Amino acid sequence: MTGKRGITSPLRTAIAVVVLALAAGATPAAAGDDIAPDVPEARKGEHCVKPVPYMRRNHMDMLKHKRDKTMHKGQRKKKYSLKRCMDCHAVKGDDGDFVTAKSDKHFCNVCHDTAAVNPDCFSCHASTPGGELKVQSKEASR
Amino acid sequence: MTNRIRYHTIDNSPGFWAIFVLFLILSAIGLGAAFYMEHHGHWVTGMSQNVVWGTPHVFAVFLIVAASGALNTASIGSVFGRKPYKPLAPLSALLAGALLIGGLAVLVLDLGRPDRLVIAMTHYNFRSIFAWNIFLYTGFLVVLLAYIWTMLDRNVKAYSTPVGFIGFLWRLVLTTGTGSIFGFLVGRAAYDAAIMAPMFIAMSFSFGTALYILCMLAIMVGNGRPVGDELVARMAKLLGVFVAGSLFFVAVHHLTNIYGPETRGLEAFLLLDGGIYTSLFWLGFVLLGSVVPMVLFFHPATNRSFSMVSLGAVLVVLGGLAEIYVIIIGGQAVPQVLFPGYEVSSSFFDGSVAYYAPSWPEVLLGISGFAMAFLVVALGVKVLRFMPHSLADPLVDAHFKGKADKARGGDAAQAQTA
Amino acid sequence: MTEAPHNDTPALADEARRRFLKRAGLTAGFSLFAGSALAAGLPKALDEATSSERRWGILVDAGKCPEGCTACVDACFEEMGIEGPRVGDNHSRPDQDSQWIRKVSLKNEDTGHALALPVMCQHCTYPPCVDVCPTGASFKRADGIVLVDRHVCIGCRYCIMACPYKARCFVHEAIHDQEPYMPRGKGTAEGCTMCVHRIDHGMKPACVVACHEEGAGAMTFGDTNDPESAIAGKLRDNTTSAIRADLGTEPGIRYMGI
Repeated sequence: MTGKRGITSPLRTAIAVVVLALAAGATPAAAGDDIAPDVPEARKGEHCVKPVPYMRRNHMDMLKHKRDKTMHKGQRKKKYSLKRCMDCHAVKGDDGDFVTAKSDKHFCNVCHDTAAVNPDCFSCHASTPGGELKVQSKEASR
Repeated sequence: MTNRIRYHTIDNSPGFWAIFVLFLILSAIGLGAAFYMEHHGHWVTGMSQNVVWGTPHVFAVFLIVAASGALNTASIGSVFGRKPYKPLAPLSALLAGALLIGGLAVLVLDLGRPDRLVIAMTHYNFRSIFAWNIFLYTGFLVVLLAYIWTMLDRNVKAYSTPVGFIGFLWRLVLTTGTGSIFGFLVGRAAYDAAIMAPMFIAMSFSFGTALYILCMLAIMVGNGRPVGDELVARMAKLLGVFVAGSLFFVAVHHLTNIYGPETRGLEAFLLLDGGIYTSLFWLGFVLLGSVVPMVLFFHPATNRSFSMVSLGAVLVVLGGLAEIYVIIIGGQAVPQVLFPGYEVSSSFFDGSVAYYAPSWPEVLLGISGFAMAFLVVALGVKVLRFMPHSLADPLVDAHFKGKADKARGGDAAQAQTA
Repeated sequence: MTEAPHNDTPALADEARRRFLKRAGLTAGFSLFAGSALAAGLPKALDEATSSERRWGILVDAGKCPEGCTACVDACFEEMGIEGPRVGDNHSRPDQDSQWIRKVSLKNEDTGHALALPVMCQHCTYPPCVDVCPTGASFKRADGIVLVDRHVCIGCRYCIMACPYKARCFVHEAIHDQEPYMPRGKGTAEGCTMCVHRIDHGMKPACVVACHEEGAGAMTFGDTNDPESAIAGKLRDNTTSAIRADLGTEPGIRYMGI
């Protein structure tokens, strides 16, 4: 299930282009590496759940759509969930542990800091992968 | 024409600007306090899982209730056609809007997520009286704006009576909504009662008129504009009736609860052994906030004295705050009864009286609600012609038969009556 | 919004499953969590929308619940990542800490009869918290579970005022290291979710599991709409009640022995 997606170099270029375009208010022609965010590689997988340009534009809408479905209807397929983002895109810090959204190394922050967008997700959501239920039933594990 | 009332903006004076800056500073302190609470979270306040609505709600509810009552003075003039109240109407509408803005600001700044206020404008649950109130409050501001326009602009003056009537109806519905915030709480014996709505309306008459008298006297006397004794006595007596009215509703509410065995424990707490709540009720609301002001308002020796009437109005405001404190905080301090007939205890404070002590940020935010309201009033009277040049008795009341030299408050009075 | 159920697995010929699937209006598909499937009824497929076909509930046998046992409470705190009043490394005072479930000790004032029972969100059929919420953040799922959608919660705390069971909490400070399956955050209301993240995966709530494996087995969880479920049987065969039944909120949590 996991491990099919990743960040490809076109995404890095694309993000650089978008950021530059936003910063300069210009057409995305003058890409340069100097101010582009250094987007971390995904830990797992070949490609993301959707093509990179699509993700770049629509990830927030996808998350919102998924959020309402899960919250109100209990539809918990993991494919487009925030948890799934963390599975592949979480970044490890120098100490070998995953960094949280407090760190500017966090995958989400790398672009959002550059684009001056402040996502509200992590005031409530965990920003690292994981999710083993704490209370495991002996009955169920048998 | 000496017998026509003219409306003027407030003159520049060091006093005016000193007061203006004071309100500005108090408002800024309140904003700072709100930021402090929002930044750290509500753990820095006295609020808890047992008392989730604290001092900011006391101030906010008081201001919102007083806001609708502040429009009384205008309504008496326009809806009930009492002529002496007509020149008082523009300030009445301004004060109503200002108090509402101050109250709402406090309410909003005390939210857990004030940054998400826009959600309150985009997501509605129409089963919630809170959601209805959002429309009632914003709608009231719109009606007030229209009303002020009809009063200040000669071209649309004809509409002032119908718009005033809409304002009067709206404010009744608005306070019904505010009272019903508590009246609809089925799970708490201290609130769950239909009388909450009319009780809040009665209180609004009282609190709003008290604040109106204080504001009117401060602005008129402070700017050397005359105010008639008869007018003040008339308003004082009216406020006395309103005070009696709110006392009546509070008494009926308590009596009903005492009558029912289920709520006797609650009443014993609030009225007998509730400590601060008992003191605030009897000393704050009943004695100092109602009985003493009524004496001042009805006694002929005091109800023509501006200082005595002002003192009475201040007492009504403080007593009102005390009563709202008892209603909101005291009502939450009483343990919720989940298991009637049982003594209960738990790690979550079931069965025990909740502890609550206001924290400084809460109090400062609350006070800033008043400051913001008065700031709006000060701005209003400074830039627009809200205030009459004189409220001398012969001017405001054509049928005035009293002594002609009764008007006080400034040189203009002497000049006119000479 | 609703997507068709996924068709990964062919329907089994099993009688109960077919009956269930028919009732749920499905043609195929069920959970991958078959290993931990509920004893009675089947969990819905992961991408299937929850429906009012089910009505999740818990029956608490107060007669079996011993004074002093807090297995359910401990399990809830652990599962949900709630610091609780016992850890004490947070800023909040004890009366500011969230407690989604608590053990309440009762003693009859006249007869001296004593008992203890857990109290949590009662997952009312007619929840006052849902009625009063101005933004609709407080809501009831089709299967009867009452939740807070923190995305639209503005922290007005009206739901806490409205709850007759003292079951809603307010988060007084920033929370770190949330469980990925249980988002929680400062300035919003929260309460027992009946472990909706477990139920949707075909598991029982943490409190019920703990009550059975470490406690006295006083809690029964299940679909009260399924006449063959254990909980429906117990509700049929025993005298049960609800806390403040007079209010007409018709809770999904019911009690024996109160």
